Amino acid sequence: MTNQTDKQWAIETQDLDIYYSDFRAVKNVSLKIEPKKITSIIGPSGCGKSTVLRSFNRMNDFIPGSRVTGGIFFQGQNIYDPRIDPVQVRQRIGMVFQKPNPFPKSIYENVAWGARINNYKENLNDLVEECLVKSALWGEVKDLLQRPALSLSGGQQQRLCIARALAVKPEIILMDEPCSALDPIATLKIEDLMRELSAQYTIIIVTHNMQQAGRASDFTAYFTMDTDRAGSMIEYGVTSQVFTNPTHKSTEDYISGRFG
Amino acid sequence: MSRENLMLQIHQIQDEMLVMGSLVEQATMKSIESLKKRDKKMAVEVYNADRKINEKRYAIENSVLILIATQQPLAHDLRLLAALLEVSAEIERMGDYAKGIAKVVVNLGDFDIPVPIKEIDQMATLALSMLHRALGAFIIEDGETAKSIPAEDDKVDEMYNKVQRLLVNLMIEKPQNIDHANLLMWVAHNLERMGDRVSNICERTIFVTTGELVEIESKKKEIKL
Repeated sequence: MTNQTDKQWAIETQDLDIYYSDFRAVKNVSLKIEPKKITSIIGPSGCGKSTVLRSFNRMNDFIPGSRVTGGIFFQGQNIYDPRIDPVQVRQRIGMVFQKPNPFPKSIYENVAWGARINNYKENLNDLVEECLVKSALWGEVKDLLQRPALSLSGGQQQRLCIARALAVKPEIILMDEPCSALDPIATLKIEDLMRELSAQYTIIIVTHNMQQAGRASDFTAYFTMDTDRAGSMIEYGVTSQVFTNPTHKSTEDYISGRFG
Repeated sequence: MSRENLMLQIHQIQDEMLVMGSLVEQATMKSIESLKKRDKKMAVEVYNADRKINEKRYAIENSVLILIATQQPLAHDLRLLAALLEVSAEIERMGDYAKGIAKVVVNLGDFDIPVPIKEIDQMATLALSMLHRALGAFIIEDGETAKSIPAEDDKVDEMYNKVQRLLVNLMIEKPQNIDHANLLMWVAHNLERMGDRVSNICERTIFVTTGELVEIESKKKEIKL
């Protein structure tokens, strides 16, 4: 294990290229994610933002023909090193998806599931409660733990998925448009939750919603598609600066609705 | 709303701002004219017309707030709209200075006092020329011109000192002049403040073009004991 830089970043990519077979979907991304902060990735459709997000916990491994060159470092280790177990990576770096996807089981079992398969030795009830409290759902479901998870509203289901991700004690939570299927009230609840969770976890969120990126994140990375259709990172900085005075014209054009 | 529509609405607000600027120019020139002619009726017209300038400012403020609320503008658009709020407030305050001059003309009544009108006229001409060019630079987002205008404020300040000296001399020569010369001090003071307001407008133009909120170099004056 070698440290890539003096500072311990939550995730650091170096010259990251991601391919789907021969097609280079993402190129030359060198990005350093601040620990225990919220970083949003924005950009027009097809710019590779979700691809990059999924590469952070090797979710792309499930797509035939996908491969990665360059490095993605988590705690000084390249997570694409052949010696690394991708299951362990996903345990440390969790993912919440666009559409809430609870298992067709009880609320309790959804949260307990990850811990159970990892042979969790401590009190499972305590863990379920702790995670539901952290995901701001406990008050709403504490008397309904045996109810089917699918009986919850969309916003509650998404918070349940966050609780499920927390249960395996991750350090980083990746969120791929976690609010796009939710109404504005449920969206604000998730954003408040993200803010609370960022005291303990690093959060990286892909969003199409510019106002959400502005409201909810500390740092913003703007991606766009090049002429060869490969996505690349154009600008990365403190959110307040990116949204009021971006450095690049392309960022300006995108966030001002000139394209995308 | 499409982007073209947003731009159209922003341009309409800018047009309103220019109209407001020209109302202030007219009010200032007319107030100086009323002083020159000692025409109280004309001064009353200026005083009462200030309401229109204030209404324009509220209308601009309202339009800007609606666009911010409904369009969630970002980056340059956001800076421009935020600057429009500031600039319209600055122009409105300049309208108040013209109104203040008109009030002095009314309060001077028919009192016989030699008004240093040539110097006051020069001050007004320069301040209004600065305003005119500052608003032009704001509209075309010419940061370089905006940077250069505030230096001219030194000339306004210089003339302000000159008028002050002339008025103090009037007081010394004839103590009966004190009250009315003091009123005339306010005329010069208001014109001097106009120059400062123009500098603030120029700062906003620089903000729109660069995103930096900075005090213009020539304004950074400090006093020493």
